[in-house]
Amino acid sequence: MSAPHSPHHEEPASFAFDAESEAQIEKILKRYPEGKQASGVIPLLYVAQKQMGRATGSAWVPRVAMDTIAERLGMAPIRVYEVATFYFMFNTKPIGRFHLQVCGTTPCWLRGSDEVLRACKDAGHLKGYGDTSEDGLFTMTEVECLGGCVNAPILQVDDDYYEDMDYESTVKLLEALKRGERPKPGSMQGRQGSAPIGGPETVLDIPMRHAAPGRAGEE
Amino acid sequence: MALSDKDRIFTNLYGLHPWNLKDAQRRGSWDGTAAIIAKGRDWIIEEMKQSGLRGRGGAGFPTGMKWSFMPKSNPDGRPSYLVVNGDESEPGTCKDRDIIRNDPHLLIEGCLYAGVAMGAHAGYIYVRGEYYNEIQVLQAAIDEAYEAGLLGPNAAGSGWDFDLYVHRGAGAYICGEETALIESLEGKKGMPRLKPPFPAAVGLYGCPTTVNNVETIAVVPAILKRGASWFSSFGRPKNVGTKIFCIQGHVNKPCNVEAEMSIPMRELIERYAGGVRGGWDNLLAVIPGGSSTPLLPKHICDDVLMDFDALREHKSGLGTAGVIVMDKSTDIIKAIARLAQFYKHESCGQCTPCREGMGWQKRLMDRMVEGRAEIAEIDVLESVTRQIEGHTICALADGGVWPVQGLIRHFRPLMEERIREYHAKKSGGAMPLAAE
Repeated sequence: MSAPHSPHHEEPASFAFDAESEAQIEKILKRYPEGKQASGVIPLLYVAQKQMGRATGSAWVPRVAMDTIAERLGMAPIRVYEVATFYFMFNTKPIGRFHLQVCGTTPCWLRGSDEVLRACKDAGHLKGYGDTSEDGLFTMTEVECLGGCVNAPILQVDDDYYEDMDYESTVKLLEALKRGERPKPGSMQGRQGSAPIGGPETVLDIPMRHAAPGRAGEE
Repeated sequence: MALSDKDRIFTNLYGLHPWNLKDAQRRGSWDGTAAIIAKGRDWIIEEMKQSGLRGRGGAGFPTGMKWSFMPKSNPDGRPSYLVVNGDESEPGTCKDRDIIRNDPHLLIEGCLYAGVAMGAHAGYIYVRGEYYNEIQVLQAAIDEAYEAGLLGPNAAGSGWDFDLYVHRGAGAYICGEETALIESLEGKKGMPRLKPPFPAAVGLYGCPTTVNNVETIAVVPAILKRGASWFSSFGRPKNVGTKIFCIQGHVNKPCNVEAEMSIPMRELIERYAGGVRGGWDNLLAVIPGGSSTPLLPKHICDDVLMDFDALREHKSGLGTAGVIVMDKSTDIIKAIARLAQFYKHESCGQCTPCREGMGWQKRLMDRMVEGRAEIAEIDVLESVTRQIEGHTICALADGGVWPVQGLIRHFRPLMEERIREYHAKKSGGAMPLAAE
């Protein structure tokens, strides 16, 4: 579903990389050998999607941006389209300002992802997956395993993982986003990364050098 | 006896300390690197073989042997490549994430040794797209390593030139398959290649390539510094070393932990994850090694060891060591049906048995959750999974049917009961005879 109430749902007439994007592209293309610049297609799709987010508040990749990438990398446009549509993380339609990505795979489901989904619907005024809220703030997507399973359930907002979620913490997070705040990502139960709740029970007693040999002066 | 901290490789697993170079060096990273490399390529490969390390990405192939398949010289001028698989997308797996964000220098230093061992002057670390913040850390750590002369020309003063790059994926489980990963890195859809040729002969950009998991590469420095015999002193023969386990689901304290291989499953769960919610007797089943490994009912979990061979004896596997614990409140049919949905979503569509089979399986599993099926359809389901298994280019479909096979193997009576309940409720109603 595209965003019917978003002002951004029309395909733009043109696309050009801005200065910030160009600086990123210069770095990206140095990573690949000469003649292998097609490797840059996924990175450049990200650059375009980010730029759209900066410019319009909706991080998506319009077709004209794919054409620009094709031209830049010397690829047939269809080769860029097929990459953009194969990979799940490229939005080929406009989305809301915040992309709520609810992990619904078994590890998160066992820990209560249904409650995260319900909270997103309630607090984000969303009908279900694929929906964008009337105010254009939120788009909600069901995603497959995010790879943070010992901190399940996880709600990914744009690039950030919010972990150990439940109904209340999800509502609180969405309300903060509405107020323009960006709460710190990570565990909502105050866990240290993937350590057990209550604090790490291993790697507490590790051998530590006071300074790397010959580098004491740099301390 | 439990593994002690002095024998742990991932000393910053939880990010208690800064990830940066200076702090990583205090934890022992980049110590004596040039001297190790001076021992030569053959020494490194032999030490890796002796260590008994088996790949930590799921398949468990011996790492030293894999490295030895790389050509010793390249008369045709093709360069060799190291590719590190950080696509970590197997449901239940979140170990590489911790290495990348908290201990990136273990990985980077390991890449240099691996590069030397396989004659590669360049490496790419492919990290799943969702790990955006983790990638920022890894890139910053690589930048630091370049600045300190640990990467680039004459890396770490070793005389070996080595460049290392990060490549971000974009949300496709299939790219964890090594040839799909290579396709993706080349800028294409992540569709697996037919093998042979194997990547060691024709890999990235048509050049000799070895793809290793993040955890595999990150344990290399410890093995080379502390010795193969130190590493192989943990666990049972052919199942040696230490390993990060991701213990999750219905446990009191889900966590990642580095423990010794072959640790009893019950000890792993009770010592490190606070035990099963409601006590051990409240356990229903465990998926021992990520979503592709068939579940094990409680009576097997009571005394099974967490290693490749012990779990295989029970028709399951260690996989990625993502330990998904389910207590008696779990609708186990639904838990497995959700995995069927995952594999349907992630099939790349290249092979018919997978493209059609994963969808068919998911639809039939959805009916099994309701009980809206005939008992004979359980046999149909089992039979179709056998038709799919082994008939595709890559192992995605195999991994997709194994969980369902495991469910039928151990919970068939429950599936039958669900069907009978449904029929009893709707007695007289017409039943669909096959998957939609």
